[in-house]
Amino acid sequence: MRPQGGAFAPEPSPVAIWLIPVASVIVGSLITILPLVATFPVLPPLGLMTLLAWRLLRPEWMRIWSPLPFGFFDDLVSGQPLGSAMLLWTLSFLIVDLLDRRLMSRDFWQDWVLASGAIALCLLVGRLIATPIAAHVDTLLLSQVVAAVLLYPLVARLVAWLDTKRGRA
Amino acid sequence: MAPPRNRRPGFSRRAQYSLFISYVIAIAGALVGAVLLALSTLNPPAFSALRAGTAEVTAPVSWAVGSVWNAIASIPEAIGSFFGVRSENARLKDQVANDRQQMLRARAIAYENIRLKKLLSVREPGVETIAIARIVSSSATSTRRYGLIYAGLIQGVHAGMPVRAPDGLVGRVLEAGPDTARVLLLIDSESIVPVRRTKDGAPGFATGRGDGLLDVKPIALGNTDYGPGDVLVTSGSGGIFPPNVPVAKVISRNRDGVLAKPYASPDALDYALILRAVLTALPPTATEKQP
Repeated sequence: MRPQGGAFAPEPSPVAIWLIPVASVIVGSLITILPLVATFPVLPPLGLMTLLAWRLLRPEWMRIWSPLPFGFFDDLVSGQPLGSAMLLWTLSFLIVDLLDRRLMSRDFWQDWVLASGAIALCLLVGRLIATPIAAHVDTLLLSQVVAAVLLYPLVARLVAWLDTKRGRA
Repeated sequence: MAPPRNRRPGFSRRAQYSLFISYVIAIAGALVGAVLLALSTLNPPAFSALRAGTAEVTAPVSWAVGSVWNAIASIPEAIGSFFGVRSENARLKDQVANDRQQMLRARAIAYENIRLKKLLSVREPGVETIAIARIVSSSATSTRRYGLIYAGLIQGVHAGMPVRAPDGLVGRVLEAGPDTARVLLLIDSESIVPVRRTKDGAPGFATGRGDGLLDVKPIALGNTDYGPGDVLVTSGSGGIFPPNVPVAKVISRNRDGVLAKPYASPDALDYALILRAVLTALPPTATEKQP
């Protein structure tokens, strides 16, 4: 996706190149500050979804260690124990990276499958870490996973749009 | 999409090293994450300062958005109440007539209660409200149930204080920052509240399930048996929670206890009262066995 103006487009500002992805992931994590007191996990993990969308759209741009700072920030606002997103997001990035190398060619369906796997991994293991086994949250958690997976194409679309705003990286 | 770019960065040693180092950073960072996770699991308040610092920034935003949202959301209700005002008036008149009877009885009982307490010279700690604050946000992506209230150490809110809404108990303060505090909601799966049945004072424990309901187990198994419709209030034993705050209503029986629905529904929470923690627990008064 080229910015409007083709080859004659003005050089994108160097700040926008990194600020737009970073800000979008942080805003995604900040979904938890919505003024809403939830009875069960109703909101999708938007920070993770945005990060995965950037990773799958621009593999050369999102470094393999980028989930560390983003996960750290997400832990501060999500209510999960500190370190859980740092660990799980990085692990899912490593797994996505491994699978990405095996895939010969990749279109959106493969992206969706990879992202779904990563989302499900992070949410399910996050639940095991944060909440006692006896808690009755599993059905609700599964519906959260399904909702997040169904929402992923929209997030990917939004990230692709943000990428055009960012100019050529 | 075209096959992903070959990520081998060519023959440049520098580029190869930097790629290698990025993987080293990722794996080392994951290990650091695991260590932090272990620390925060073993000692949950470990990083409360970091979370409180973040909450200081996010709480005013949540508060502002919530205020605007409440203003918008109240418009349909205002329109509805304008048209429904006549029928509501008639209904309320009936209710006032009903309630008057109840109130006369309650007043007599309250008076008798005061006299009996004086007779027994029971020292009862007054329930003191520390602050009234808005619950601005919650952990809506997580399986844990935390709320964030917009009042903290500056307003005198400290960890361990009970939090209630007008209609019932909300939870207790877990961590307090300068201007914000995190509340462990009643419905969280790690929250336990000592309760008693209003009817006869049968004690029990209400544990959050994580799905908005509470599991209530009587302390004396076999002896007491909660049933649907029972009203549970805090017993005040064990400290922290003051006695007689409404907690939940029993809705159905379970395998080894009952399910109860909290009176303070999280969806409807806006303002909450932060109370002083009850430190010295009153000995439970002897309850009459039912004939």
